[in-house]
Amino acid sequence: MKAVAMPTVSRVAVCGGTHGNELAGIYLVREMLKKRADGTEPVSVVTVMSNPRAAQLCVRYVETDLNRCFTRAALSAPVSETSPYEMVRSQELNALLGPKASMQAVDLLCDLHNTTANTGLCLITYSDRDWICLHICKHLQARTNTKMASTPVRYVHFDIPLNEAYSLDSVGKHGFAMEIGPQPHGVVRSVIFSAMQEGVQLMMDWICQFNSGTLFEGGWVDVYTMVKNIDYPRDSETHVITAAVHPDLQDRDFCLLHPGDPMFLCFSGETLRYRGKEALYPFFINEGAYYEKGVALSLARKRRVQIPSVRSETLR
Amino acid sequence: MSSRTNVSCLHEARRVAIFGGTHGNEMSGITLVNMWKQNSAEIERNGLLIKPFISNPKAVEKCIRYIDTDLNRAFTPENLSAPDVEGRLYEVQRAKEINRMFGPKGSSDAYDVIFDLHNTTSNMGSTLILESSTDLFNLQMVHYIKKAMAPHTCLVLLNEHPQLKYSTTRSVAKHPIGLEVGPQPQGVLRSNVFESMRTILKHALDFIEFFNSGVEFPPCTIDVFRVQERMDYPRDTNGNITAMVHPHLQDCDWEPLNRGDPMFLTFDGRTILYEGANTVYPTFINEAAYYEKQQAFTTTCREILAANAIRKAFK
Repeated sequence: MKAVAMPTVSRVAVCGGTHGNELAGIYLVREMLKKRADGTEPVSVVTVMSNPRAAQLCVRYVETDLNRCFTRAALSAPVSETSPYEMVRSQELNALLGPKASMQAVDLLCDLHNTTANTGLCLITYSDRDWICLHICKHLQARTNTKMASTPVRYVHFDIPLNEAYSLDSVGKHGFAMEIGPQPHGVVRSVIFSAMQEGVQLMMDWICQFNSGTLFEGGWVDVYTMVKNIDYPRDSETHVITAAVHPDLQDRDFCLLHPGDPMFLCFSGETLRYRGKEALYPFFINEGAYYEKGVALSLARKRRVQIPSVRSETLR
Repeated sequence: MSSRTNVSCLHEARRVAIFGGTHGNEMSGITLVNMWKQNSAEIERNGLLIKPFISNPKAVEKCIRYIDTDLNRAFTPENLSAPDVEGRLYEVQRAKEINRMFGPKGSSDAYDVIFDLHNTTSNMGSTLILESSTDLFNLQMVHYIKKAMAPHTCLVLLNEHPQLKYSTTRSVAKHPIGLEVGPQPQGVLRSNVFESMRTILKHALDFIEFFNSGVEFPPCTIDVFRVQERMDYPRDTNGNITAMVHPHLQDCDWEPLNRGDPMFLTFDGRTILYEGANTVYPTFINEAAYYEKQQAFTTTCREILAANAIRKAFK
């Protein structure tokens, strides 16, 4: 593949507290906000607490999930005093860091999240050919002899067009959610905090090197593309769940799930098995916030994506 | 020569309640109680009235710990005797209702046994919580449960501390027992945690049925962890935490913590060591709900309690 020249990544946003009970990102943003910029930084970074009201209350959201409020429709809807708090806030964030899909948007938006699922570190994005995001992933995956070394790093792709992309990271020209689990909501685990701190640091290192003209060699990255969600089995009348994620599947995010493998253990004792025809990779297995969204786990297809060498184009 | 005089004769335990949802986001108990309300076959026992009950239904509906105030701290004498007044905190009102239905606390009309089902984000495994070191019925019951659960470990936490003991929902009953199983995130149902709690209750109900049928339980000893002290996170002048539970302490509930062992790790990477003079056994390490209660972990000391033989008193 031919090397690709790309614009420098000169404006970066790091956001935490998009969900107010995902604490690693909240504490990391608070620490970053304490350090005053002295003007010598090679990259301009804006650090944002996305949902301060939810963070104050240590809840995911106050009225509606902020991280579903960034579709084109939501961003252009008229808002008034009676609008849900998060609908107003998403438009504020879009004005600050965007506008989405415009030339004024930040070059890269990194949105920090935690999950109760055993996902390790995932970069979650809407594109499988965003070379900046893919190279950052490759850079994080290559680190050794660091605190992060035991945390797997993966690239997860939701194939949704930009207009319908609903999360905060879609506001930047490039963007991803940096999702790290497992961590209960309302808890900060030091291993998870350290992994996130290091992930952000490695991302910034890559950006600085890229901006100063370093050529990053191409290669291959495994991309997990979301295919479908699976809900819990529910009682047909009451809609109450009738099973838990099977012990053989619990915590086995990104371990291939074959047709016939156990998926749920019913309270009655029966085992329900995966009935799909294609072996797929499960992730977000038993995420606490997804019960209300009707998702027990998501399933992805994995493929190797070739990425070109990249270098920043220097505009004279 | 066998001694028939060292057997304590206790009243039958006829009325038993199983409380789920004292905290509305602790899913094992909520799921079990809802399941048993729909179909109680699994919990039925001869001669026993067993009532599965959702203690805090409004909090359960919203999947949050509480609406106004923690129900599991609300059963104080002041709250229980306060008059019914408009605008009272939801959980205080609820505590009074529960006291009417299952109490009154401290009276002979109170339910015999209440099991209160809880989950924790801490790595405590299966824990039984006692509030008294002299309740023979409870001591014998936990001894029975521990034996029946083996080789699965079931530990016993004793909170008899004059200041740190709190007014729990289950304290309405003559024999209160807390079941605390973790680790499980709030709002999440883990199959292994759910099944452990279900099995503990099965053994507990078996014990009560045996006791009521006249079985004599011989003298026994029980290893317990007695609550000593609450340890808060280091905080700044604004009350924000400045450190996290150290990776060497995280998930090490019930393991000895000695002077000089790492305890906290500040956000800027500095280790804070435990400076206590004696070895302690920490528990409730990094429980989500305790950040607001100024509790990073609780220290305990190990103790062996002895219990007399017991049997049902003849009428």
